[in-house]
Amino acid sequence: MLQYAAIAMLMLGLYGLLTQRNVIKIIVSLNIFEIGLNLFIISVGYVDDGIAPILTSNFNNNGLIFVDPLPSALVLTAIVIGVGTTALALALANNIYQKYGTFEIDEMGEE
Amino acid sequence: MKNFLAFVAVLVLGFLIITSLNNNEAFPNYGEADISERVSQAYIDRSATENPGDITFGETTDLESGPANIVTAIVADYRSFDTLGEVTVLFISSLGVALLLGGVNRKRIDLDFHPNFMLRVGSRALFGIILMTGVYVAIHGHLTPGGGFPGGAMIASSMLLLYLADDEFRVKIKGFKMLESVAGSLYVLIGLTGLLLISGGFFLENFLDNGVIGNLFSAGIVPIVYVLIGLKVGSEISGIIDNFLTEEAV
Repeated sequence: MLQYAAIAMLMLGLYGLLTQRNVIKIIVSLNIFEIGLNLFIISVGYVDDGIAPILTSNFNNNGLIFVDPLPSALVLTAIVIGVGTTALALALANNIYQKYGTFEIDEMGEE
Repeated sequence: MKNFLAFVAVLVLGFLIITSLNNNEAFPNYGEADISERVSQAYIDRSATENPGDITFGETTDLESGPANIVTAIVADYRSFDTLGEVTVLFISSLGVALLLGGVNRKRIDLDFHPNFMLRVGSRALFGIILMTGVYVAIHGHLTPGGGFPGGAMIASSMLLLYLADDEFRVKIKGFKMLESVAGSLYVLIGLTGLLLISGGFFLENFLDNGVIGNLFSAGIVPIVYVLIGLKVGSEISGIIDNFLTEEAV
């Protein structure tokens, strides 16, 4: 079920990217797209009744049923890269606002 | 019209994804994944090169990879080179933000509201708690959920609290730049130590004793590397926050 929710989120983000004409809204759409993708990758590794892949004093051996640790590790990488791209995009949006005084793409260049 | 075309394109994409994944033998249904057939089982058993057999928390010593948190074992040990690249991407993006927004003489942006005495003092009391939580999460990255990246983000969020609650506060940004470069260089130097000083070693090899799984002082270089990553991520995101909340002094 989570996989369909993730695909719906991905579609929502793509729709926003295609239709929005406001720089901030484009960045928000990009983030929704990215979160949908991350949710999808995480859902691939889910196992029914699986526990978090961490050995503790209560769950103390490797014979237990864990969820897949590899998608979690890959999504950790993807989240950090997402933070970096979002910061860079917001800095660019800030510079656009300083130059044109607006975030709307249609109103730029008219003065 | 344009919105309708976009809607159709998105629907086609979703339809293609769902039909290609339904009834696909290589793609399991939600919750029915079989880990034992995947490469992840080697990470759980720590048996990428040799098979140590059963692992028990607090007893098993000298595993191939020591962290009790298996995600940390993948991120900071098996795939540590990948993490080095990831830290580099974050460094480049903070450099890009500094280039786009930065200048030499900067001052805080004038805010419409001016915080009162209670808000300033209360946020300073909270600051210590958030900072210590971040440091704890970064240090215990090999035992508990979390690690360098979430810990670094928490350290940066404590800085953000001070920025938001005091309209004249600025961190000493030069110190943060120094901390960031020292942490990044130490990460590479630790990697080079494994390559050059150990005979038959390779880049980022875990050259210290792995110890007993589950102890704070275990897993060799993994906690050291993760604390360095936490410091680096924290100072980088603090630098980004500083760049966004200051402007060029005229």
